[in-house]
Amino acid sequence: MKNKAIVCRCEDITLEDVEKAIDEGYTDLEELRKKLRIGMGPCQGRVCIQIIMKILEKKTGKKVSRRDLPTSRPPIVPVSLGTLASDEK
Amino acid sequence: MKSRADVVIVGGGVNGCGLAYNLAKRDMDVVVFERDYLTSGATGACGAGIRQQWSTRDNTLLAIDSVKIFEKLSKELGEDIDLRHGGYLIAIHDDKEMQQAEKNVEMQRSLGLKVDILNPQEINDVVPILDVKGMNAIGATFCPTDGHANPFKTTFAYANAAKRCGATIYTHTEVVGIKTQKKQVTEVVTNKGAVKTNIVINAAGVWSKDIAKMVGIKVPNVPIRKEIMVTERLEPMFEAMVISFKDGIYFSQQKEGQIIGGIPIPEQKVGYKTMPTVSFMQHMARVLTRYAPVLKHVNMLRHWTGFYDVTPDARPILGETKDVKGFIHCHGFSGHGFMLSPMVCKLLSDFIVDDKKSEVLESLSLDRFKDKRIEHEMSVVG
Repeated sequence: MKNKAIVCRCEDITLEDVEKAIDEGYTDLEELRKKLRIGMGPCQGRVCIQIIMKILEKKTGKKVSRRDLPTSRPPIVPVSLGTLASDEK
Repeated sequence: MKSRADVVIVGGGVNGCGLAYNLAKRDMDVVVFERDYLTSGATGACGAGIRQQWSTRDNTLLAIDSVKIFEKLSKELGEDIDLRHGGYLIAIHDDKEMQQAEKNVEMQRSLGLKVDILNPQEINDVVPILDVKGMNAIGATFCPTDGHANPFKTTFAYANAAKRCGATIYTHTEVVGIKTQKKQVTEVVTNKGAVKTNIVINAAGVWSKDIAKMVGIKVPNVPIRKEIMVTERLEPMFEAMVISFKDGIYFSQQKEGQIIGGIPIPEQKVGYKTMPTVSFMQHMARVLTRYAPVLKHVNMLRHWTGFYDVTPDARPILGETKDVKGFIHCHGFSGHGFMLSPMVCKLLSDFIVDDKKSEVLESLSLDRFKDKRIEHEMSVVG
């Protein structure tokens, strides 16, 4: 179980997955996201991005700018298509 | 930074990285400049579809040949690009659309494509969750060898393979100028240094216009903002991409189970603003649940903006023009850059390495707008 620390719960991405991708050269937070789908699940990275940022900083020795954090997208929290399609206020 | 290169590519999307691979594989010394990160432009916002059903012969040919390359790409690049042949189902809503569909299918079949016209019952055989009445369809065209691949994985796989072949990729490096001498490209200047080269490829997507301006070439492209959404992951329900030219909608279920789709809205205009809109969410949800009512229980997770680099005839601009030697165009894909990339990269590489010209390259040259030899691509969605 040593390397089975889950860092992205939405997409089941482990610490090992993240470290491997960084070793393969995915040292940009956005590229890591697109490679691993971190932050693309229902939480949009609220759980994982801060952790992944720290792992990335630790491994590369470079500070990740807050400006480089992935953008949160509407509707921010999951909303059913039926609700969005409804005319009711 | 390297001081010299055979070819400099501007843009780290699927076409930039695909070109880097194709050229480096043929022993060219290649440098790629990407001002942000790889896939940060249209590639990263793309709907992942691969379609061969077009109204123009050129696009159909490019797409058929691209699918043949896509089929071998995972093996060739050594990384899985998640290619799936789920097909494209294009809804037909009225007699006029049926006539155009019949014309398209005849042309597509003459090029060897397997494509059929389906009746309403057959639509449900392909995609059971569709409400044929709700979508007002009288039929559909269906090509089973159309499909999807993962644009991120494809781009990264191209980039990794290009690097193994000796290409150098600089991300977060912006091209700020291109020097020419006697109408010949001589140097590319970035915010981090300059590289001498005789060939530069403009694969900068919606920013290609600005790159072309650096050598004094005016291109007729306009950036059109588009919105696209994704739902939560679901069990597999359907494999085809469903599209309608009339409603503008497209949607499909991806490998991981999420449904991805987009639709045009009135707020969609020319410009580089990326703010997503509420009206997209509402309009998309309304049309999608009209097409597939069962999806009303499904959650939308996110929606985002991307850009189509749109030309006056909705077809790409490729190749060199006489104005500036060594300046190669690879832009104006009008929303179809991912699906056409394998063959575009091959044709341009053959042109650069072997000076090989082709009928398709000739007809997609920038010069077509001067001579007004344009045939508009009708089959555009989103």
